[in-house]
Amino acid sequence: MSLNIVVLAKQVPDTRNVGKEAMTPQGTVNRAALPAIVNPEDLNALELALRLKDSHPGSVITIVTMGLPKAAEVLREGLYRGADRGILVTDRAMAGADSLATSYVLSQTIRKIGVPDFVICGRQAIDGDTAQVGPQVAEKLGLNQVTYVEQVDELKDNSIIVTRRIDGGVEKVKAPLPLLLTVTGSAAPCRPRNAKLLMKYKRALAPSEKPATGLPHAEEYEKKPYLTLTQWGVPEVEADLAQCGLAGSPTKVKSVQSVVFKTKESKHLGSSDAEIENLIVELLESHTIG
Amino acid sequence: MNSVFVYCEIEGTQIEEVSFELLTKGRKLADELNVRLEAVVVGADVKGAVEKQIMPYGVDVLHIFDAPRLSPYTTRPHASILIRLFEKEQPQICLMGATAIGRDLGPRVSSALTSGLTADCTALKIGEYDDKKAGKHYDNLLYQIRPAFGGNIVATIINPDNRPQMATVRSGVMKAEVRDEAYRGEVIYHDAEEYVNAEDYAVQVIDRHVEKSKNNLKGASIIVAGGYGVGSKENFDLLRQLAEELHGEVGASRAAVDAGYCEHELQIGQTGVTIRPKVYIACGISGAIQHVAGMKESGIVISINNDPNAPINALADYVITGNIEEVVPKMIKYYKEKSI
Ligand SMILES: Cc1cc2nc3c(=O)[nH]c(=O)nc-3n(C[C@H](O)[C@H](O)[C@H](O)COP(=O)(O)OP(=O)(O)OC[C@H]3O[C@@H](n4cnc5c(N)ncnc54)[C@H](O)[C@@H]3O)c2cc1C
Ligand SMILES: Nc1ncnc2c1ncn2[C@@H]1O[C@H](COP(=O)(O)O)[C@@H](O)[C@H]1O
Repeated sequence: MSLNIVVLAKQVPDTRNVGKEAMTPQGTVNRAALPAIVNPEDLNALELALRLKDSHPGSVITIVTMGLPKAAEVLREGLYRGADRGILVTDRAMAGADSLATSYVLSQTIRKIGVPDFVICGRQAIDGDTAQVGPQVAEKLGLNQVTYVEQVDELKDNSIIVTRRIDGGVEKVKAPLPLLLTVTGSAAPCRPRNAKLLMKYKRALAPSEKPATGLPHAEEYEKKPYLTLTQWGVPEVEADLAQCGLAGSPTKVKSVQSVVFKTKESKHLGSSDAEIENLIVELLESHTIG
Repeated sequence: MNSVFVYCEIEGTQIEEVSFELLTKGRKLADELNVRLEAVVVGADVKGAVEKQIMPYGVDVLHIFDAPRLSPYTTRPHASILIRLFEKEQPQICLMGATAIGRDLGPRVSSALTSGLTADCTALKIGEYDDKKAGKHYDNLLYQIRPAFGGNIVATIINPDNRPQMATVRSGVMKAEVRDEAYRGEVIYHDAEEYVNAEDYAVQVIDRHVEKSKNNLKGASIIVAGGYGVGSKENFDLLRQLAEELHGEVGASRAAVDAGYCEHELQIGQTGVTIRPKVYIACGISGAIQHVAGMKESGIVISINNDPNAPINALADYVITGNIEEVVPKMIKYYKEKSI
């Protein structure tokens, strides 16, 4: 049995290691200083897909990302690791999408590809930690969903058994295909880039990444069609404009506020023995500790 | 008038704490809007077991769906029930726990109803909104307040036009308070078969192990929490020693968890646990809004940081400027000496 698998992956700013240099003097995060990475759990999702492909030779993995043209980097990272093709979904009309509008465009994209045996997502994206897009795509495609998947235990006769990691425990569930999975960070980490695939795809570009003139190695793109990544917009995925981007997003940001912590009357002390000793005595006497 | 709904989670026949917290919040929102608070329980053998647990929180209508296959939880039967019930009842607000279940179910339901959903809210309020572009004024919207990407920023999210306005909230963020032990509301026993199709049961749970969490962060009165500034796993052990001496528990910031100093269960904050200890000792924690979201209700806060301007110091009753490696062993030493 060979499988058709779609992996959904997102480019996100690396919020995990927000160091001092990434903070502006006003105390907000300087997005430009944060490297753009593949959302970490989407790499776990890709690995799960690659393992299914390993055990089911002939399977085809399509990695899909919606975002700015530079998000094509996510597709290259997928191709370097064994995905068979990448699709960049990008369109100005898609800007400002909340999770509902995002899941609409992604579900239209998957319809266009043809609903596969598996749609595999990360559990959540670290830029917002919402974990909504996977279940919303499943609902829109009428697919069953299994979230928080850690590993595949068995796949046969069009049905799969997986282990899910839930609050305080694990669960094994059995589900028929086709199916949408969301994969948690405790699943197997993604394999490294494959050197051969890296050579093969390192010049792969989405059409909107190519400069208007003076594309380096232009002749290669004519000889090797796989170096031009598939790029779709609103017309190609046959999306209804009213459901895309800002227009299709029921949630609006009313306001953002910088938080100024209300300063308490605090006692300041250094780290000398006497100061720490006094502090402990004070805390004991006030029955704060002990 | 359109009610406020709370989806209640159960483990067996016991309502989860987070649902009581949401009922308490839901009651306050319903009072402010002058509408009813309604609760939904979906499970097996819940009839007769949950009514008394739920009503005291001031529930006006309790919807019970009781059928053997509704437990353990799987997505589609519960989603179908909420989707059809909400299509009929047209709630204006729906609250769920930001738990493994709520985060599996909420987005599915919101997608089917094309309603907005805001995850991990830390505060919920009623307020108004002027859409200047469209020249429209809205009263009585749900302000869904959550820390947003960008460190020290809190965003207020609204869903002006779509209903229900859906939000998830983590356990521990709101406080559970009984409204009235004798509160009387209506209980409706629905026929689950009218809401669920046979295909909804396609996914089956074949095995399940759920354990109560190993640590007691939520109940601890003293918490020693470590951040990225702790610097290493070995230094984190110093915090464990201090916590042990003080009969407290250890907690951590996300940066400490990501750096591998300790396990994920210890994470405090917007995407970890929310705690209200009597004493919170922050060791090498800068005080990002997502972290503070989980500890701002603490009683006495002691901050140990080598940066005298760390934002968390503004929240602290005691600010110790110094290195963890130096200060924590001294605290252990003097506590041992002085506490006897
Ligand atoms: C969507 C989202 C959700 C998040 N959820 C959470 C969450 O739930 N919980 C959470 O904690 N974070 C969360 N974060 C991350 C949060 O924004 C911060 O990045 C994180 O809290 C920082 O942790 P920290 O204070 O330990 O590290 P840092 O900010 O790096 O601070 C380290 C501190 O240690 C001090 N220090 C360094 N060395 C020493 C020393 N030797 N002795 C004493 N002090 C020292 C430094 O001065 C500094 O103040 C979230 C982020 C996002 C984007
Ligand atoms: N713009 C996007 N393009 C592709 N996949 C996405 C996108 N946004 C979200 N996803 C997928 O949905 C998962 C959950 O995202 P979120 O709901 O934003 O936390 C991610 O881990 C991805 O697999």
